[in-house]
Amino acid sequence: MSSTRREFLSTALAAGTVTLAAPFVRTARAASGPIKIGLLLPSSGTFAPLGEAIARAAKLHVAGKGGSLAGREITFVALDDESAPPKATELTNKLVFGENVDVLIGTVHSGVAAAMVKIAREAGVTTLVPNAGADAITRAMCAPNIFRTSFANGQIGFATGQAMLAAGIKEAVTCTWRYAAGEEMVKGFKEAFEAGGGKVTKDIALPFPDVEFQSALAEIAAAKPQAVYSFFAGGGAAKFIKDYAAAGLAGSVPLWGPGFLTDGVEKAVGAAGDGIRTVLHYADGLDNPENKAFIAAFQAAHGIAPDVYAVQGWDAMQVLDIGLKAVGGDTAKKDAMHAAMAAAKFASPRGPFEFSASRNPKQNFYARELKDGKNRMTGMAAAMLADSGKGCRA
Amino acid sequence: MDLVLVQIFNGIQYGFLIFLAASGLTLVFGILGVINLAHGSFYMLGAYMALTLTQMTGDVFLAVALGIPLAVAFGAVIEWAFVRHLYARDHLQQVLLTFALILIFNEVQRIGWGSYPHSVPIPSYLSGSIRLTDTLAYPVYRLALTAICAALAAAMFLVIQKTKIGRLIRAGESNREMTELLGFDSRLLYRVVFAAGTALAALAGMLAAPVESVYPGIGERILIISFVVVVIGGIGSIKGAFLGSLVIGVADALGKVFLPNLAGVVVYAMMAAVLVARPGGLFGRMVR
Repeated sequence: MSSTRREFLSTALAAGTVTLAAPFVRTARAASGPIKIGLLLPSSGTFAPLGEAIARAAKLHVAGKGGSLAGREITFVALDDESAPPKATELTNKLVFGENVDVLIGTVHSGVAAAMVKIAREAGVTTLVPNAGADAITRAMCAPNIFRTSFANGQIGFATGQAMLAAGIKEAVTCTWRYAAGEEMVKGFKEAFEAGGGKVTKDIALPFPDVEFQSALAEIAAAKPQAVYSFFAGGGAAKFIKDYAAAGLAGSVPLWGPGFLTDGVEKAVGAAGDGIRTVLHYADGLDNPENKAFIAAFQAAHGIAPDVYAVQGWDAMQVLDIGLKAVGGDTAKKDAMHAAMAAAKFASPRGPFEFSASRNPKQNFYARELKDGKNRMTGMAAAMLADSGKGCRA
Repeated sequence: MDLVLVQIFNGIQYGFLIFLAASGLTLVFGILGVINLAHGSFYMLGAYMALTLTQMTGDVFLAVALGIPLAVAFGAVIEWAFVRHLYARDHLQQVLLTFALILIFNEVQRIGWGSYPHSVPIPSYLSGSIRLTDTLAYPVYRLALTAICAALAAAMFLVIQKTKIGRLIRAGESNREMTELLGFDSRLLYRVVFAAGTALAALAGMLAAPVESVYPGIGERILIISFVVVVIGGIGSIKGAFLGSLVIGVADALGKVFLPNLAGVVVYAMMAAVLVARPGGLFGRMVR
């Protein structure tokens, strides 16, 4: 018994040493031959549709260029991150050191992205974050090789605060889940809203991912604010919107939030969602030539219209393309490539795209209204808004 | 003061819904002695069944009427195929098998319905709201739901107290070996109880579907809260599950308002307190 136990332990120890040692070896790759892109995205779980949209758009971009960027063939290797932060380190190591990818693209979930970025900035691998909004990624954790093509939570909250002020709202209640994304979006919102003379009379924070909203709705009804700023996502958002309407609040207290409150749940909420005002860096049917071309291409390839996640995946490849072109496809010239990426300025389906100093997008935020299942643009919430990038020193 | 009353009512209404799911779990746990982690999956399947059947029939109550026999049959098949092999085995193996069932059902859900949230329409005759205060209204469907759950709870109580099958269930719960020695076919009883437990979870999922939004992972939340209720109420006790559900519902609703920073732990603190004072639960047998 004890000898098999010892055998088992020593095997496990040996295996552990191998997996621990492997991460620190990254062999130099040739400047010719295919460029390997690692996709760390969710393909199972709640965020699977988001991961799928990003991967589809990224691959569509490369396919549109004949399968190569800057004269070098592009290959993808994808891992399912399951939106599970405990697995993030192992999976990132697998891509960065095991597969030895030239470029890393990921991911949706902020917790997974934070773990991924921690490794990526040590390894110096070119990394594009196509969704995760955790402020820290382009604030305290920023690095010259880390680029984000989506948004920072605080940035989107800030834009929403400005839009609510512009709509004449002076007093609001916030309502969200008590977790990082919710708290950052509320914090950004308050920064803008309170600086402009708005007053937040109450903050309601529910345990994540609780979807029993009745008590929160009763509190809102008792506080009778001018408007509610709220952030939920996925099934929770669908339920919140329906409960909000059923509680009779939709008519008397307008519901506002970041665009993620309504994106992807339009069909599930139906008429209950009509009139919800949101702010996002994309809107359905945004009128610009790039968006029209993008929608047509995506529709042709996949039979459905693209969403904001697809736009973020598409732009990750646009940024990469610019970087690769600047160095003639030689990924070994990292500094020059990263400098060219940071200076990238191009027309995105979302409108003009450029990076702020912390390599987070400086972009338009659109005020939108949900009506008949579409989030239509009603005006500009904040033009070419940059995130503060507070605490970024690289 | 108004707010407190509304919150207590919210809590009772939430508690009734939890009770439907938890009662099935406590029966299976108490009588079969099986820890059924897949109980939440039955709730989820119920919700998705409501979605599909409502799309076919146009009314969620027709969907429920069709769904109940399906759920009973489904529960009986699962018992026959998997669960009956677990009665003589220890809890670890039960946890392993029922956890595997969760993974399988989640995958079935993903393949069949996809990952986006869906919605089940509230029937038009129950779609209104009643005004409580000048800013707050209460949806009629939720009130109807509470009434239905209360009626089901009363029916369940009658079945268990007054019928032969109810007597067998009680006998099985208090002493399994003795019931078998007296010549009752426990295999059949077990199959009936498991099928009933499955149907209760699925029924809860079906009835909740119009107010819940149907999405992946909907069952996991209800599984955890059901276990809390079973522990508080006492394993195998329907009465305990009923009281436990109401206590948890009200504690949750009030906790969110008066202790917002501790809202996530109020129910668990409650469970810990009950375990310290009465280790067997409110209506459980004392732990031997």
